[in-house]
Amino acid sequence: MTEVQVSPEVAEYTEVHRHPEPKSFLSKWIFSVDHKVIGIQYLLLAIVAVFVGMGLSLLVRLRLIMPETPIPLLGALFPVGAPDGVMTPEFYLAMLTMHGTVMVFMVLTTAPQGGFGNYILPIQIGAADMAFPRLNMLSFWCTFVSFLLLMAAFFVEGGAPMSGWTGYPPLSAVPEATVQGIGQDLWIASIAVFCIASLLAALNFIVTTLDLRAKGLTMMRLPLTCWTWFVTAILGLLAFGVLLAAGVLLLLDRNVGTSFFVPAGLVVSDKVIDHSGGSPILWQHLFWFFGHPEVYIAILPGMGVTSHILATFARRTVFGYKAMVYAIAAIGILGFVVWGHHMFVSGMSPYSAFVFSILTMCIGVPSAIKTFNWIGTMWGGKIRFTSPMLYSIGFVSLFVSGGLSGIFLGQPTVDLYFHDTYFVVAHFHLIMGVAAIFGMFAGLTFWFPKMFGRFMDERLSKIHFWLTFTGVYAIFGPMHYLGMLPHPRRYAEITGVDYLTATSGAADLHLFITVSAILTMLVQFVFLYNFVYSLIKGRTCTEDNPWEATTLEWAISTPPPHDNFAGKVPHVYRGPYDFSLSGAKRDFAMQCNDDKAVYGPGSAAGD
Amino acid sequence: MSEGHAATMAEPTWQGGGSPFAVGHKKLGMWLFIVSDTLTFSALLLAYSFARAANDWPTPFHFMPSIVFSTVMTLVLLTSSLTMVYAVSAAHHDARRKAVKYLLLTGALGLIFVILHSYEWIHLMRDEGMYPWSNPYGTPLFGATFFGITGLHMFHVLTGVIYLVVVARGYWRGKWLPEDVEVAGLYWHFVDLVWMFVFPMIYLLSTAVD
Repeated sequence: MTEVQVSPEVAEYTEVHRHPEPKSFLSKWIFSVDHKVIGIQYLLLAIVAVFVGMGLSLLVRLRLIMPETPIPLLGALFPVGAPDGVMTPEFYLAMLTMHGTVMVFMVLTTAPQGGFGNYILPIQIGAADMAFPRLNMLSFWCTFVSFLLLMAAFFVEGGAPMSGWTGYPPLSAVPEATVQGIGQDLWIASIAVFCIASLLAALNFIVTTLDLRAKGLTMMRLPLTCWTWFVTAILGLLAFGVLLAAGVLLLLDRNVGTSFFVPAGLVVSDKVIDHSGGSPILWQHLFWFFGHPEVYIAILPGMGVTSHILATFARRTVFGYKAMVYAIAAIGILGFVVWGHHMFVSGMSPYSAFVFSILTMCIGVPSAIKTFNWIGTMWGGKIRFTSPMLYSIGFVSLFVSGGLSGIFLGQPTVDLYFHDTYFVVAHFHLIMGVAAIFGMFAGLTFWFPKMFGRFMDERLSKIHFWLTFTGVYAIFGPMHYLGMLPHPRRYAEITGVDYLTATSGAADLHLFITVSAILTMLVQFVFLYNFVYSLIKGRTCTEDNPWEATTLEWAISTPPPHDNFAGKVPHVYRGPYDFSLSGAKRDFAMQCNDDKAVYGPGSAAGD
Repeated sequence: MSEGHAATMAEPTWQGGGSPFAVGHKKLGMWLFIVSDTLTFSALLLAYSFARAANDWPTPFHFMPSIVFSTVMTLVLLTSSLTMVYAVSAAHHDARRKAVKYLLLTGALGLIFVILHSYEWIHLMRDEGMYPWSNPYGTPLFGATFFGITGLHMFHVLTGVIYLVVVARGYWRGKWLPEDVEVAGLYWHFVDLVWMFVFPMIYLLSTAVD
């Protein structure tokens, strides 16, 4: 790679965030300030969380197909929630709530941004670390504490909260409304701590991207991964502060006796609740002002990783790089003005609903631009079907499938019918859940060699890809049909409703979905096995650039040295996706290669 | 870096004295924190406006003593912003003793604000019977929003006082730079600015018109 000596001026600029290599185990692996270690910590946290969340969804699916059948061990673990192993409806709701919360906050928010972003972003921009390494450590440990608080909710009196991951009042605000006590408080506390962690992390990402780029790395030369992490950070910075405020108000409602979200004359169990003046709609506004950008916080990094990998393995430059950047920015901006489409049935004025609906439709434009450009990137390319490439193509498929149902839900009149049905469940799982997770699979298989110096097993990854890809469609495809019946979601059991119980085949579909879900869950253990096995015994990667990729993380040794660039400051000469260059010595040019390195001495080719 | 490639780099088009984005990490970080905190306060003030529009809102504060007292508090906080400006200016002129003096004076004024505010809270609770969960004037949200919003602001002032003392100490010992004083100033002015929204919205709009 081409390097430059550190000039005093540059040194002063970049030294601030540098730190010496840690000596002790504690400072190297536990309380580390190194972005690479923190990234791996985030990833491990997300892997633990994703299996917890998956287990919870297993319980949810089991309750739906066999409400009366006892499940072994469950009775011993949760004597109140599942006496003799039979889940109560309250327990079902608690599992549902915790599944959503764990997945959205601890997996979809932490892994793409905190995990991959932390590890890769500083290297891709040519920095030695994040701008504020200590703050970075604080962010991770706040996230960890937040995870512990959330897990603690399982084990307190009354059990885990059951007001959904959206924490809608009055169920969440009035302790009398549910049997639970402290579980909901722990949930709120967990979310509040998570907000603080995410705010600090977002701030760190933005400063790092703006201040620490290598010389020559202009914003329009940033890899698209960096663009998505950057825009995601901006979304996080603006969204989590609002959720924090809402969470504090909810905590006050529960514990101090205020009535922000509790209306007058609320009757719970034949008892009038002593609150007045508040409105549950206020919570919905505050929550969804955070909640909708949160969807993009989960999916944007996946889009970045997909663009990056599609270009790398199609050996083509990203089709319409500038359009991609503008689309990312447009999605980020529009994400803040569409929260009302979650509230069409809340009694909102049809005029407001109209505005929110139009703005929601607008998001279809940048999304379509991205999809078009992904296909354009692959078009005519010499595609190498590696496992990261398969996961990325899978991402595009899932993004389209999940996105199209979003157009239905964005229409107020159609949404009146579909609201709170399985159609919604299918929609957001495909686009926000599974697509984002495919982005993570792609990222992990792609960067695994750089992170750990070993490859993940290609055969196992491919088996895992095909089974998971088929599995998620088998799970969420039929849910669209259930939603059209319409089958309401969040119910532990449907009884006495003819159109759902007698002739519709809903029960059979539920059985099919549960069986598909269990099989798909089992397949995830193949991935876990692959991860652990490859970590210890995988094929070693000695090359710096095994995928023949172009960005800076592939210009440094594998695994990266403590300060990433071994004391040097890289210089960037070109855009991020220079593939299939005519007249060049290789079919690609890395960002740190100058024209002489690409075309040979004396050549006048290039830009 | 070879000189030949300098031309291929995109030259900045900014023609002013220095690019507005060419700021240090800490200053940029503080600006971003302020943006984020603005959103938190905005959420609370919007919740307040929502509650105010949805309820029959009481206007119990009288010019004497409520408004006079809160105006004095406002003056104290505004004055502390002025002394903060002096501190930042002194730090940039390397007048260390003077900068630290003004920093501590700013902190002291902040502390006076907190003490006056606490006194007001206690008065409202003890003498007027106004609590976060109920009050004699009308909707319980009046007290809830009042204590919630002014409480969060007071927490920011108190944190700021501690922050100022830490900065004064670090700057006095030469560990921290004039830039750090300026960054602390950003935070302090922000907290002051928030009060300039809280004061009219919470106090002035709730004044009894006799």
